[in-house]
Amino acid sequence: MKLRIFVTLKPGVLDPQGKAIHHALGSLGFAGVEDVRAGKLIEMEVADTTDDASIDAMCRQLLANIVIENYRVERA
Amino acid sequence: MKSAVIVFPGSNCDRDLAVALERVTGKPPTMVWHGETELPDGIGFVAVPGGFSYGDYLRSGAIAARSPIMRAVVEEAGRGLPVLGVCNGFQVLTEAGLLPGALMRNEGLNFVCRDVSLTVENAQTAFTSGYRAGETITVPVAHHDGNYFADTDTLDRLEGEGRVAFRYGEPVNGSARGIAGLVNAAGNVLGMMPHPERRIEAAHGGSDGRRLFEGLLEAVAG
Repeated sequence: MKLRIFVTLKPGVLDPQGKAIHHALGSLGFAGVEDVRAGKLIEMEVADTTDDASIDAMCRQLLANIVIENYRVERA
Repeated sequence: MKSAVIVFPGSNCDRDLAVALERVTGKPPTMVWHGETELPDGIGFVAVPGGFSYGDYLRSGAIAARSPIMRAVVEEAGRGLPVLGVCNGFQVLTEAGLLPGALMRNEGLNFVCRDVSLTVENAQTAFTSGYRAGETITVPVAHHDGNYFADTDTLDRLEGEGRVAFRYGEPVNGSARGIAGLVNAAGNVLGMMPHPERRIEAAHGGSDGRRLFEGLLEAVAG
């Protein structure tokens, strides 16, 4: 089974990288970009028998830092 | 006092710490590889060094915090063993859950490498007993991810409990409330972004960092 795990900064947590990307888009002349937030996409191949609780544990214990990040799991 | 320095792949301040500890304690520390599962017997102090453990992959300090030796460090810290994390070591300690909050990319996006002024906020901890409360000291920083973040309630709690050990005396990295170093609730774990081990003798431009190790040695012996 393929998993796609999206790790994003929580709302309200300052994202200097998103700000820099936003600024660069402005420098390239793209108008109308109101905000940019950068995150991570982690793709994994796991055994079909992997249950939701284990996937959740992987996200909480390592893949995301839940002090600053949220995560969302997509099963392909 | 017998001390130990943890070494991860990508640590680069481990030898600086070893020199500082040898100068202050009179004995070279034991260098402990990340794959070990136990600390050597009779260790009175553990230092987690700066650097770029595991290439900063995933998040700074994230992989190192899950290494076998860190399980032992967390366990011993729970029993009161003094643990210092400097720079990447601070990131490792937050990722390992020994200290609250997280260290994020510097607000200005630049790697900051220079001397900074610090205010000693709490001189009552085992790590800061060599300083006077409110004293300004100069210690170098060298980091890309030193922007301390915690939610407002956590920050208020840390301030209320006197757990902010050092605060920047100038803008450095966007750190919440200027926090440069903080201790855990029990006071035996300190994480800080500035490098006290790089300021231990006149040739370094001063010895403000040396007093941290001297104060700790005295506090542990006393």
